[in-house]
Amino acid sequence: MDDLIADFVAECREMLEALGGEIVAWEAEPDDRARLDSIFRFVHTVKGNCGFFEFPRLEALSHAAEDALADVRAGRRHADGQLVSAVLAIIDRIGEMIAAIEAGEEMPGGDDSALIDALAPGADGPAAPIVLAAEGQSRSSSAPRTIRLSVELLDRVMSTVSDMVLARNELARRLRENPTDVAVDGAFERLSGIIADMRDAITRTRMQRIENLFVGLPRMVRDLTAELGKQVLVDIEGGDVELDREMIEMIRDPLTHIIRNAVDHGIEKPAERLKAGKREIGILSVSARQSGNQILIDIHDDGRGIDGKKLVAKALDAGFLEKDDAAKLSHREQLALIFEAGLSTAREVTSISGRGVGMDVVRSNIERIGGIVEVDSRLGEGTRMTLRVPLTLTIIPALTLSIAGQNFAIPRSAIEEIVRANGESVTLEHVGGAGVATIRGRRVPEVSLAEILGLDSGIDEKDGTLIVLRPAGGDLYALTVDRIHDHEELVVKPAAPAVMATGLYAGTTLADDGSPILLLDPAGIAQVGGVKLEMQERSARIAENPAASIAASTEVLLFRALDGSRRALRLAVVDRIEEIPIRAVKQAAGQLRVQVGDAILPLAGASGAELGDDKVRLFRLSDGVHEIGYAFAEVIDFATIDNDVIHSERPGEVNGVSLINGEPAELVDAHWLFANHVGAAARNAAQMVCRLPSDDPWMQNMLRPIVEAAGYRVIGDADDENADLVIAAQGTAVSSEASRQTIWLRTELEAAGKKDESIYRYDRAGLLMALKSAHAGRGK
Amino acid sequence: MNELLLVVTIAGERVAIPAAAVESVVELDTLIAVPRAAPHVAGLSALRSRVLTVIDCKRSLELGTSDCSDGIREAAVVEFDGHHYALIVDLVEDVIEALSEPSPVRAAMEPGWERVSKGMVDSESGPLLLVDVAALIAGTAEAKAA
Repeated sequence: MDDLIADFVAECREMLEALGGEIVAWEAEPDDRARLDSIFRFVHTVKGNCGFFEFPRLEALSHAAEDALADVRAGRRHADGQLVSAVLAIIDRIGEMIAAIEAGEEMPGGDDSALIDALAPGADGPAAPIVLAAEGQSRSSSAPRTIRLSVELLDRVMSTVSDMVLARNELARRLRENPTDVAVDGAFERLSGIIADMRDAITRTRMQRIENLFVGLPRMVRDLTAELGKQVLVDIEGGDVELDREMIEMIRDPLTHIIRNAVDHGIEKPAERLKAGKREIGILSVSARQSGNQILIDIHDDGRGIDGKKLVAKALDAGFLEKDDAAKLSHREQLALIFEAGLSTAREVTSISGRGVGMDVVRSNIERIGGIVEVDSRLGEGTRMTLRVPLTLTIIPALTLSIAGQNFAIPRSAIEEIVRANGESVTLEHVGGAGVATIRGRRVPEVSLAEILGLDSGIDEKDGTLIVLRPAGGDLYALTVDRIHDHEELVVKPAAPAVMATGLYAGTTLADDGSPILLLDPAGIAQVGGVKLEMQERSARIAENPAASIAASTEVLLFRALDGSRRALRLAVVDRIEEIPIRAVKQAAGQLRVQVGDAILPLAGASGAELGDDKVRLFRLSDGVHEIGYAFAEVIDFATIDNDVIHSERPGEVNGVSLINGEPAELVDAHWLFANHVGAAARNAAQMVCRLPSDDPWMQNMLRPIVEAAGYRVIGDADDENADLVIAAQGTAVSSEASRQTIWLRTELEAAGKKDESIYRYDRAGLLMALKSAHAGRGK
Repeated sequence: MNELLLVVTIAGERVAIPAAAVESVVELDTLIAVPRAAPHVAGLSALRSRVLTVIDCKRSLELGTSDCSDGIREAAVVEFDGHHYALIVDLVEDVIEALSEPSPVRAAMEPGWERVSKGMVDSESGPLLLVDVAALIAGTAEAKAA
């Protein structure tokens, strides 16, 4: 508040000084309209500000003067000498009071009614104002000395300082190239230090307290609530956080929009609130805080919250979303839909919000300044929006990196972490041509910068460095670069339109050696690189499911396929290994088949590869009903999958890769093999979902492969996805609405009674039957 | 006073650039490529701690590509729309005075020249084509679309 008063005082002083000459001129020529207007403006401003602060005397004075002057302006009254003196007396009194406020003293004593009365038409001259004014003059001002500068001038200083930093950098380079006197180096160091100090100071001049942004909010909310018949209490915190002036302007509109939304859609009408057991008065809290080089602004309301399901329904209607995807969305992803263009949950369009220009504009505005918007909401409890914005626009901390010998920079704010592509906890795979990086169990799409830029990196991808980026908008991806160099504070300038048109760059800057560097735009690269951020978040989540439950590792048989690739099969599906003479392999009834003993099995794993001359080795795979032969070259080892499985995008013989014994191996999809080789009988249109308790090692180790081989996708208890089937140990609790069918497993061979429908857990045939009938049950 | 013109050679043709638009004539040495940018953007260069976007005029006119492999190239530095550009030309000749207002060229020119033409001006060394700097920077229509 003190700051605001200081601003008010400064503004009044400024106007008083400017008015000094005007008043005299007006006195000489009371009909001068321009002078009248500027005096009117002054008392009007003072009156307006006094209403805001609590200065009743100032308000009464300025109000009276304003009324009298308004009459003159409207032509209802003529500005005679008596009125002029009365107004001047009031202005003097105002000046005096402002001086008192500035000095932090008590208001000068005395009654203002005489001055106000003097304004009335036909009143006597004012009561001795001159004496009071003289008293006011005698006091010296003790307020901090401030001047007002034009923003353009500040910007010019700022850009000059930026240039100076660049010139310094160039000088530094030249000094390095030509070894000089120690004294010169010393002087240069000193100069460097001074320039750095100066830059800091200049940066601060651009800073403004965020209070300037917040100060209008209570009023805005008051007007809104009056219009909407609601009651809202605004709670503002953190007004002393400082932010780049330009940034404050950029945030103003998005913030206003969010608050309008919160009041209009979030907070309910008093009656509704009472019914929901809340206080009549809604609470809207707005807070700002600094966190590292970011400013976080939270807007929280305790209203009705956002209905994620409704959003999904809207998105389906509007065609943003496919039905299949919709079912898989987590709560957070559902909420994120409000940022989609053209999606509004407002039932009706009010004058305040719900006009179609909505949160998508908010998000794009915030992202344009390198910020992020996040939303969190609980139905019935409220909504929290968080804006994260960088401190300043022009100087940004960045990381320099190189690709094919050319340097680039990337904003550090977007960087999550940096890992070596050949590091221990990192695997880099290609699935259907798309890169996927697994970093400590977390899978993220991988994009090669060399590829995006059309440069030839000359370095193998595996020797590169991965920069994990979280661009504005929030989803991770990894960017492969040749190598990274240094952390630098860069003065970024906008690039020419022809350069910006690529969508890959955020600006240009100069390196220490004076050569230009392009600043990469993480979000743009993701877009050009085809990383589907929204989509990716959904699919990454699905991929996490097996990862979450795989902790108890899966046993696989590691082998070399006929085409030389390293592959793995889940041990559970391999019945035995056979060696068959090559003549037993025949092309028959549309596919390769192999005769083993009395049986003829479809042969897989042999397509497009030489079978050899006399003998072929094959796995006999069984799903409990059908058998398939799978030709291979040699068995390498038994192993466990303890790394993440990276799934391929399209179903096929190989459904993913994983790091096994330190080398990548393709996982053979037994389900796909059976589906394709045994025939349509085993084919499923859509994979069914089965929930297994993730903490039960027996279920995970023994049962899971069978369930998966039967064509189910296995999820754990923690996943909030609907399962078609739940398998649980007898005697454990299962929430009934979560699934259509439940298979109970018992550890005893014998059933407890006739009504016991559980299955003995080693009754493989029984299990497969149950799985199969659950499958069939879905078709109904 | 008549307009001053900077006479340069682009793709073997002597043309005029309004001298008022030209800040300086420089010799570029380093050139940093801008991957994925429009083809007529030859790259970036720095001049006195300012970043220049280097435009290959030949390419912009669809008359081939300037050879940027060998060291030093002459370029005219212009400011357009708040950004600084360096226009690579074959040769910078001289500043001369225009002896006439630009008049339309009525003969058929090559499409590239047609696009950047602001008319023909007379000078002491004969008629010269006056080139529109903005059109040179904008490049070909396809570059604009991309």
